[in-house]
Amino acid sequence: MGKVVVVTSGKGGVGKTTSTAALGAAVAKTGKKVALVDFDVGLRNLDLIMGAERRVVFDLVNVIQGQAKLSQALIRDKRVDTLFLLPASQTRDKDALTEEGVGEVIDKLRSVFDYVFCDSPAGIERGAQLAMRFADEAVIVTNPEVSSVRDSDRIIGLLDARTMRAEQGEQIAKHVLVTRYDAARASRGEMLSIDDVLEILSVPLLGIIPESQDVLRASNLGSPVTLSEPLNTAAKAYIDAARRLEGEQLPVVVPFERKGFLDRLLGRRAA
Amino acid sequence: MSLLDIFKRRSSAPVARERLQVLLAYERRNRGQPDLVSILREEIMAVIARHVQIDQDYLQVSMDRGATMSTLEIDIQIPNKSAMPLAMAG
Repeated sequence: MGKVVVVTSGKGGVGKTTSTAALGAAVAKTGKKVALVDFDVGLRNLDLIMGAERRVVFDLVNVIQGQAKLSQALIRDKRVDTLFLLPASQTRDKDALTEEGVGEVIDKLRSVFDYVFCDSPAGIERGAQLAMRFADEAVIVTNPEVSSVRDSDRIIGLLDARTMRAEQGEQIAKHVLVTRYDAARASRGEMLSIDDVLEILSVPLLGIIPESQDVLRASNLGSPVTLSEPLNTAAKAYIDAARRLEGEQLPVVVPFERKGFLDRLLGRRAA
Repeated sequence: MSLLDIFKRRSSAPVARERLQVLLAYERRNRGQPDLVSILREEIMAVIARHVQIDQDYLQVSMDRGATMSTLEIDIQIPNKSAMPLAMAG
């Protein structure tokens, strides 16, 4: 039986889709069978980030409504052959998803794949709740910034109340993934520190992804950064996070910025 | 710009942390429960309206949530009987 991991955040624009793609690809590269499911019905984007936007024929809603078989809707990645994508519908609205339908799809995926990553839409409404409903674990993507941390706290509350596991009295394993971490700003005391975020949310840390042009470039190219540039800092951080998700004990290194004496003296900004 | 200003400008993160801690402590406590402030406001208003005719414009309700204690401040201006027109006073 595979593990179902929801990638969620509450707030939009923090990096859920990018992180779903990067983590999923990193896990798949180790030989595990991985399915990425886009739950953002009406505003799908995982296909674009994965570079599969021109290969979408059927989607999650088609499968739920019986217009396509699951095997027809799954798109196999061209780079890693154990990586699959189940896109969201672009034309329907979010009410096209039913809880029973989603449950059946997740059950089938769970029986075939080692990992099922559910890319949640932003917000705390129906779509986000369905994305987390059947999850065993949750990756909470958070930026070190007040509104993102507040929304993550809301999401943690929902994970502990509205998921199947929570309702059955079981634990849902939660991990915080801090993205867009700017070492320079953190060193100037302008950004919440990793310790601040962890202390406030009291959820263990999965990894710290530095703010990086490489991630943006990977999105432009339609390739998860862990596949296109596996050696750069952000990709390495994702690969380590993926290993921790698989249970490996790896210490987390907080990215720091080496500053020259002159920079320090003049208070130069990196950004 | 003095040296103190530079220091102040740099340390916005601790302020962010403290604001979040206070806010989230409150939000966690009240998760899934109706908003206490709005209930209090409505009930207090109803009690007062039963006895005195008040104008919404003369009502101020404010809330200040602290880490250990919160203050709900209700300021209602009630016109004196002598100042009221006869019809209302009667």
